[in-house]
Amino acid sequence: MSDTLYYIISAVLSLGVLLGIRLMSNVKTAVLGNRLSALCMLLAIVATMARTDFTGSLTYIIGALLVGSVLSVYMAAKVRMIQMPQMVGLLNGLGGLASSLAAVLTVLTGSMLGKFELGTAGLALGIGALTLSGSLVAASKLHGIFPQKPIIFPAHSALTGFAALVLVVLMVLLPISAQSTHLMLCLLLSFVGLLFGWLFAIRVGGADMPITISLLNSSSGVAASIAGMALGDILLVSVGAIVGASGLLLTLIMCRAMNRRLSQVIFSSAGKQPEAVQKEVADAAGEPLIGETESTKETDTSAEAAQEEAPQKAAQESDLDSWLGEAQSVIVIPGYGMALSQAQELVKQFTDKLESLGKTVRFAIHPVAGRMPGHMNVLLAEVDIPYELLCEMDEINPDFPNTDLVIVIGANDVINPAANTAEGTPIYGMPILDAGKAKRLVICNFDTKPGYAGVDNPLYNPHESILLLLGDAKASIETLLSKL
Amino acid sequence: MSKELILILVFIAAMLLGYRLINAVPSLLHTPLMSGMNALSGITILGIIAVTTLAGSVVGKLLGALGIVAALINVVSGFGVTDRMLRMFHSNKGTKEESE
Repeated sequence: MSDTLYYIISAVLSLGVLLGIRLMSNVKTAVLGNRLSALCMLLAIVATMARTDFTGSLTYIIGALLVGSVLSVYMAAKVRMIQMPQMVGLLNGLGGLASSLAAVLTVLTGSMLGKFELGTAGLALGIGALTLSGSLVAASKLHGIFPQKPIIFPAHSALTGFAALVLVVLMVLLPISAQSTHLMLCLLLSFVGLLFGWLFAIRVGGADMPITISLLNSSSGVAASIAGMALGDILLVSVGAIVGASGLLLTLIMCRAMNRRLSQVIFSSAGKQPEAVQKEVADAAGEPLIGETESTKETDTSAEAAQEEAPQKAAQESDLDSWLGEAQSVIVIPGYGMALSQAQELVKQFTDKLESLGKTVRFAIHPVAGRMPGHMNVLLAEVDIPYELLCEMDEINPDFPNTDLVIVIGANDVINPAANTAEGTPIYGMPILDAGKAKRLVICNFDTKPGYAGVDNPLYNPHESILLLLGDAKASIETLLSKL
Repeated sequence: MSKELILILVFIAAMLLGYRLINAVPSLLHTPLMSGMNALSGITILGIIAVTTLAGSVVGKLLGALGIVAALINVVSGFGVTDRMLRMFHSNKGTKEESE
């Protein structure tokens, strides 16, 4: 196959991939878009096979393709929706592994490599290696193999910074040193790359994991793209870059939704704070709610505003009958707690029941609900909840004050009004769902402990229009169902 | 124009185009989008196939084969789970509303 023909094919397939992504922007065409991308990928593999000379390697390649296909079909069919974040993490790691192997083999077997090829190969190797170890650590944390909490070593930041520095030095050294040192340099690059990825991911706490996963998604694309530069493969460069850009964009979206800077996630310990500060914050957030109306300075938190007028008596479970009966509009706020107790099916039944009684039900989805961007939507779609009912935060927030009843299921930080007031806490400034502004609020959470961010939630204080249903989400929804 | 320059330009152009397109995807679909993008990052399979054929030693070929397995799992599983997820998204009143 001539180079010109390959370039034309590359251009067509790149456009196909871009069109596939374009189709992903609409729910109705998304399935088609994904299949179009997959088809382009298949054609790309066929085109590559057609232009390579296999002599001597055919058995290895065919064998590898067979093994890979069997394993992947099995994995894709087996994985459960709640495990999707770690699945994506694992697959990311495999992509990083492949890119770094491609880079190593390029350096070690290629003949007459210029500085550009060597430099890009080194870069691809380093990024691929850190993607591999970082993704595996992230996936292990999400899967519960490693503890979810951030693990921080003494001088962790210094170590991470040092590893990054060594990585850069090695990348610079590779193209300017003699061929005899290449094997050694490649080994060192892999080692330091793996070390950096591990140091980076091990200190990330559960709440920042979605950001980490999407960042690693980006780096796996960048690794592929740069490996493509080393190989002079234009298709690899373009598709890899598209992936890199998308991962980066999703990362920034997540950061914005969680009110964190990217640098904080990478270099600082996430969501951890000294006990004392936490206590103080809890007091500060809780105080105005206990009824000291004169001392309230913050007027933006609705819960407080509501509290001021009311005698502070907690709502009783017996109030549920009338609450459910009177409510015409209901908003459900699902959180990861719902998924953990596998309560989605019951939530679906509950939704159907409410709708059959002529009430309107919608779901308010916080951008970081679940363990990766958009995870909650998938979990709800899995139990056949129509996607029209799933509303984004900005779209639904203005509607809370006119909503009769809000039901929170296993969500905590994303509805915590302390995010508006408690300065110095990890969630301060994070956009939240204004559940506290609704006329009545039912919170079905496991307990009243603070969420991942470790900040107490003032909505848990006794209030006549807030009902706490503590315990397993499944049991709480069953209680709700029994009242209908 | 040198080959290196072309490759770098393609990289930048693809980044910008990708950024624009992804921005249009609603947060509703971010998980499938991410796993779809993840599958695409397995495009590195093209590179690993090409270098495996060049590898002279058995070790090189085995490493290449390992890379191909890893990349292929990335691609096929990635597209597989994305398809599974996307097919779960259903509209309100089923076919009746879709025809509108």
